[in-house]
Amino acid sequence: MSTQNEIGAALDFKGLWQYDAAPEDKKQVKIAPQYNHFINGKFTPSTTGEYFDTINPATEEKLSELALGSVEDVDKAVKAAKKAQKDWAKLPGKERGKYLYRIARLIQERARAFSVIETLNGGKPIRESRDVDVPLAVAHFFYYAGWADKLDYAFPGRSVSPKGVAAQIIPWNFPLLMAAWKLAPALACGNTVVLKPAETTPLTAMFLAELIRDADLPDGVVNIVNGYGPTGATMVNHPDINKVAFTGSTPIGKYIQQSLAGRDVSYTLELGGKAANIIMEDAPIDQAVEGIINAIFFNQGHVCCAGSRLFVQESVADEVLRKLKYRLDTLIVGDPMDKNTDIGAINSRKQLDKINELVQAGIAEGGHIYRPNIEMSNKGFWCAPTLFTEVSQAHRIVNEEIFGPVLAIQTFRTPAEAIKKANNTPFGLSGGVWTDKGSKIFNVTSQIHAGVIWANTFNRFDPTSPFGGYKESGMGREGGLHGLYPYVNLD
Amino acid sequence: MNKPDFKSSPRVDQVGVEDKVARFGTRSIKKESKVQALKLALSMIDHTTLEGMDSNGRIEQLCHKAMQPIVGYPDIPTVAAVCVYPPFIKKAKSVLKNSGIKVASVATAFPSGHAPLQYKIDETKLCVDSGADEVDMVISRGRFHQGDYNYVFDEIAAIKEACGSIYLKVILETGELGTLDQVRRASDIAIYAGGNFIKTSTGKVQPGATLPVTLVMLEAIRDYYDKTGIMIGMKPAGGVKDSKTALKYLIMLKETLGAAWLSPDWFRFGASSLSNDLLMQIVKQKSGNYQSLDYFSQD
Repeated sequence: MSTQNEIGAALDFKGLWQYDAAPEDKKQVKIAPQYNHFINGKFTPSTTGEYFDTINPATEEKLSELALGSVEDVDKAVKAAKKAQKDWAKLPGKERGKYLYRIARLIQERARAFSVIETLNGGKPIRESRDVDVPLAVAHFFYYAGWADKLDYAFPGRSVSPKGVAAQIIPWNFPLLMAAWKLAPALACGNTVVLKPAETTPLTAMFLAELIRDADLPDGVVNIVNGYGPTGATMVNHPDINKVAFTGSTPIGKYIQQSLAGRDVSYTLELGGKAANIIMEDAPIDQAVEGIINAIFFNQGHVCCAGSRLFVQESVADEVLRKLKYRLDTLIVGDPMDKNTDIGAINSRKQLDKINELVQAGIAEGGHIYRPNIEMSNKGFWCAPTLFTEVSQAHRIVNEEIFGPVLAIQTFRTPAEAIKKANNTPFGLSGGVWTDKGSKIFNVTSQIHAGVIWANTFNRFDPTSPFGGYKESGMGREGGLHGLYPYVNLD
Repeated sequence: MNKPDFKSSPRVDQVGVEDKVARFGTRSIKKESKVQALKLALSMIDHTTLEGMDSNGRIEQLCHKAMQPIVGYPDIPTVAAVCVYPPFIKKAKSVLKNSGIKVASVATAFPSGHAPLQYKIDETKLCVDSGADEVDMVISRGRFHQGDYNYVFDEIAAIKEACGSIYLKVILETGELGTLDQVRRASDIAIYAGGNFIKTSTGKVQPGATLPVTLVMLEAIRDYYDKTGIMIGMKPAGGVKDSKTALKYLIMLKETLGAAWLSPDWFRFGASSLSNDLLMQIVKQKSGNYQSLDYFSQD
């Protein structure tokens, strides 16, 4: 692929007119200096007295500190959940639904605070917290509120009962949204919950805890314990849990599977991905380019279903690459609180180190790297949007999940070749295909082994649509009617 | 130059275009960058009157407004051009004199375009002879829908020839084209046939200019530039009534074609009421207060 724009001089997107800073107001939002666990309806200090810091990844400033969940803390939370479960399950579905509706409406009322905190604590652009994370979290609660009194219709002819106590461990890429994905179906079906937010992004969960308290949810129905991996492991290994729901990395998912072997505990795992995004030569190219951007640079690429492997039909590869570079030049990278920012901060130093390691590996393996010329702050964690060409399925950056704004681009000649390469991965979470031809959409999507495949769009989510993976991307589905199955026993 | 096959022009996905436009709409323009954009938008206006009741008096007033949009703000620019029917070109020229403001005129049986080709050529020549700086033509939408792309192409080429060295703006009348695929096809035909500007609408058909339509046209301009290095101008017309919308167009322009197009030489708004809204916003940015519309001349 040639990388130069042969005839027209390169377009200049920087000159003449620059947007002034347009920061979202954060004065309205108060973050407490310290947060305790939320157990049995009360904010409960750490039994060991240990607390850990949480920071703003864009500035590395400390935002607050959180109780570190010990074995005892987890035990208290699980016991509270177990105690509350019988009464919660006995409530008529309609009543449980009312609580969920109430939670949804309260999040809407506090939407601005949630989006500001999500951005301060996680580094994602305020535009995304405001327009994606928070509205989708609300939609999930509304959606499952609707199922709460219709479970008999969801599973006709079956007797439906809840699993019991669900241990839910959520990731740092969509903290509030993943909490909603986990909590809403569990509660609708009559389960009670112990939830552990990710250690780098606990704050929206604590705001959610305050909201759940304000919603008068019965004590013990939702318990939130903070901490690192060992806290999560303690939850998984606790004898009184009946179900584990985990979203995170594939290695941890495997560890959970091993831990639960031989126990009567069901689980859903939503793990890593390395999605193929396939651009056919008959695609609407300008819209496909925007789709590529949404697929890989949405949320700094911290998306398990990110379209991180791009396959472009060779006949249009030059045009796609040229336009991708134009688009990269117009992406605004910087202060996540600025309403114009497209790409914010990397979530943590650990994650930045991992991304940098893989980028270096890509260069060492002979990949050709392209990055727009962007000035970045020396405080905080940053990674410019990155394209790699001249790579193949043999490269680490093509095989391993990077979970950052790094796109590996390959070409193909025939649809069959694209399908073969798309499936040439241990993952199977998502995929995308771009073509103007309907028959080609059906042909390609039916042959790609992935849980979600988008046609002429990417990273589009809806609570009514099931989401989950094949192979090492996990098992079980969240969202839609399918998302009820993991939380019910059917007889 | 190799002409593309207009029967298979690039595909456009409407949903994707609308998503992209919505994303431009989330840009937040504040402080000095806002003032700069408002002034730029004002300088890009083709201040327009195209009515059956247009008269010498009306044209005279329009031209004075164009030269002096507001009193007491010397750093506020004038508009780019006035746009009038052919019989008023001379009048407009005589009022505008050396102001630097151009006179554009609509030709080719505006707005329907239903007239013999020779008539259209003669009308274009009349505009040129009367002193017009720019000619805005309409394409034959009926022929376009019949699939006579070569006819539409040849007609534009003939009008361009009649224009000589002065700029030709080609009105696609996108409100009658039906789909964004057709907008893209008509854009390519107009550009390859020699149009210097492509323009959305006559202002006589609803909808006039929209952001999605304009984005598709800007992308056609970009593809042509990438292929040839030749810049083509863009003029959304009809429907851009307020500053907020105008800013969205400028954001889209900047992020699609870049800084080189952020100039009245390459981008125009065809509008009659936009200028006062822009003035009102500029004054508000300076004074902190909104003034009554009574403080802005209604010409």
